[in-house]
Amino acid sequence: MERIGARALSLGVPLGVHVDLTWRCNERCIHCYLDHDDPAELTLAELKGLLDQMADAGVFFLTLSGGEIFLRKDLRDIVAHARSRAFDIKLKTNAILIKERDAEWIRDLGVHQVQVSIYSHRAEVHDAITKVPGSLGRSVAALRMLREKGVRTVIACVLMTGNAGDYPGVQALARELGAEFTMDPTITPHLNGDRSILSLNVGQGKLGEVFRDSTLVGDVDKFLSESIPVDEDVLDQTPCSAGHTSCYVSPHGDIYPCVQFPVVCGNVRESAFLDIWRDSDRMLEVRAIRTRDLTTCSSCGHAGSCTRCPGLAYMEGNSMYGPSTADCEKSYVRTGIVTAGMLRKGTVGGLVQISGLAY
Amino acid sequence: MNPLYPKRDPNAAFRVLGGEAIVMNPVDSALFSLNETASVIWRASDGSRSLAEIVESDVCGQFEVEPAAAMSEAIAFAEALAAHGVLTLSDAPAGSV
Ligand code: SF4
Ligand code: SF4
Repeated sequence: MERIGARALSLGVPLGVHVDLTWRCNERCIHCYLDHDDPAELTLAELKGLLDQMADAGVFFLTLSGGEIFLRKDLRDIVAHARSRAFDIKLKTNAILIKERDAEWIRDLGVHQVQVSIYSHRAEVHDAITKVPGSLGRSVAALRMLREKGVRTVIACVLMTGNAGDYPGVQALARELGAEFTMDPTITPHLNGDRSILSLNVGQGKLGEVFRDSTLVGDVDKFLSESIPVDEDVLDQTPCSAGHTSCYVSPHGDIYPCVQFPVVCGNVRESAFLDIWRDSDRMLEVRAIRTRDLTTCSSCGHAGSCTRCPGLAYMEGNSMYGPSTADCEKSYVRTGIVTAGMLRKGTVGGLVQISGLAY
Repeated sequence: MNPLYPKRDPNAAFRVLGGEAIVMNPVDSALFSLNETASVIWRASDGSRSLAEIVESDVCGQFEVEPAAAMSEAIAFAEALAAHGVLTLSDAPAGSV
């Protein structure tokens, strides 16, 4: 996989693209970062044209997401077109609308994976997050049916204050349903700039527990102690795949470097996909950034091992060159070593005594 | 030996990057990275032409290879992909009865 990524990077190919087909949704998850009003979604004809352009540009990994994708009546036609262009297809859904016949066409069209969000194994907790009574039961029934039809499934669990203790229960549910399990402990600011939902983030104590759970991180000692010296190679690194080998398309055709990095680089209704990918000023700016260009991170001892997300940094208001508070917290909780971002913000005083300060 | 007609599985995902194909089997997540010669065969495997025809015209036409060696490599490659379910090998062209 690494070799394929390196080849895509050297050829300038957007190997993976995440397309949100709609921002409309039939759930109202309390941590959601989207506006659900969705004027002017790309039509089926526009999406087919876009998929053709993406296939010609070399896109291989295609994620179709939302909003809730099954609210689009033409979803099957979209997926069928994607299949005809030989993409590796992944669907993200809450699954509550999936019927048996849907599971069958999903299998027959060779969808590689269906990812379903489950927040708890307890209906009262899950349904309180989605704000839809009965949603856990419906999602689980769909997961079971997909599996029975031979579709690969993944359960994705976002960790937040309301479900912080429940992920082991969701892991057990995933095992029972024959699904893979993935967990994300990060809440993303709302696309409209509202950061109030960040209060749903679990605290450092819970994050510390998660980082010590070998079922999630593998070798705990290795995970906690991993440290990469910040040398010239680290300073020359690119922050992540966004804008280098991957990008995002919104329901109305805006292109961002990543779903979590809402810098509008162009719109596919106005320009060709490949032109935006190759030549948009914003994409070129994102693509040019190296660790050494980052305002705070370039002087941080964690720079080589941090999971810093430039999109989160941007949405938190720190600009795409700044540190991400959420990732500073993760680096700190993981290693116990204070970060340059925390020093800059003066948040160190509130923390427990730190030993082994690396700089 | 009867001619073999290779045909890509319609659900196999693939893309050709810089002349080299990547192929994903959605059933078991097996990912293959093909070299240039194998990629030429993969692209030509629409079920209409035999492996021998593909090797003779597409492979030997583009690469400096010894035909017999190219053919035996092509058979091994096609059988390996067929074992993984991303290619089918028939003894008649696709669509014929
Ligand atoms: S680090 Fe952030 S911006 Fe980069 S690919 Fe991951 S989510 Fe997207
Ligand atoms: S820990 Fe914070 S300051 Fe350090 S590299 Fe990560 S995001 Fe940047």
